[in-house]
Amino acid sequence: MKKILKRYRAFLVVLGAMLILTIFNMELGMKAISVIGFSLKEMILVIPPVFVLLGLLDIWVPRATMIKYMGEGSGLKGILLAIFIGSAAAGPLYGAFPIAAVFMKKGVKFSNVMIFIGAWSTTKIPMFLFEVTSLGMKFAVIRLLIDIPGIIIIAFILSAVMTKDEVKKIYDNAEHFDD
Amino acid sequence: MNITLYVVTGMLLIVSFYKDKQKTKKALKKAWKAFENILPEFLVVILLVGLLLAVMNPDVISKIIGTESGWLGVILAAVIGSITLIPGFVAFPMAALLLQGGAGYMQIGAFISTLMMVGVVTIPVEIKYFGKKLTIYRNVLAFLFSFIVALIIGMVMA
Repeated sequence: MKKILKRYRAFLVVLGAMLILTIFNMELGMKAISVIGFSLKEMILVIPPVFVLLGLLDIWVPRATMIKYMGEGSGLKGILLAIFIGSAAAGPLYGAFPIAAVFMKKGVKFSNVMIFIGAWSTTKIPMFLFEVTSLGMKFAVIRLLIDIPGIIIIAFILSAVMTKDEVKKIYDNAEHFDD
Repeated sequence: MNITLYVVTGMLLIVSFYKDKQKTKKALKKAWKAFENILPEFLVVILLVGLLLAVMNPDVISKIIGTESGWLGVILAAVIGSITLIPGFVAFPMAALLLQGGAGYMQIGAFISTLMMVGVVTIPVEIKYFGKKLTIYRNVLAFLFSFIVALIIGMVMA
């Protein structure tokens, strides 16, 4: 019980602050609560299948397969796969982090994990179609053309600034995410 | 979009269960553990997003990044985009409205780009997976990159 309380401490603090705000500014508080309802709904809809897929991926796909396609020495194939998987995804960016953790567990190369995160954040295919209808083909295509090299460059810079030990620590951390 | 995700997951789950009950059980257990592990951070993010969106509505944003706001407007747009976390299907129509309301393409480019790539409110979740250093580097690089996006979009769309 004490352990649970400690883990949810930040949540309880923010929740308390929010209730106090609602008492002082009813309108703002209500608006916030309706947005929270919306986000919770989104989370409840998207998160369960994402995590179930993760569990299945973890159990069924052998580490050797993942290493072959996206690990060290996977080269261009690994980069393209990372972009493709990230782009095909749906859901908010925080949904990408648990998937990245399983990728790391399975021996996916660090730069490919970073490319995957970048692709998920900004080149999602369903979102691209939405962008075309809202902001026009030209805007969406230009952004996509800048973003693809952009996320690859960012991934390589990130790989360069992180030391081997730091990367290893992140990979070790990923091992223990479903303990 | 959600339906496809559910159908695919459901089918894989059935196949998995048919092939090996024990393994499937283990997979579901792993799924739950991984979820429960990050749940406190998720909940904090959702509360913060609610607060931010209540304060930052399209009216407020279009006032800040309106016409003639120039590079200062681009910087402000990038900052607003970094802090807020709006799902794409809300963000794009909102960006279209902001454009109609007089915001420039450069500002909108920066806003959309940071909105998607930089997540200040999701930093607690990101740190839990990737640690402080990588999280900060990734967000800062994505923030800077958004200015390149803004510049090019501004040049091409003008």
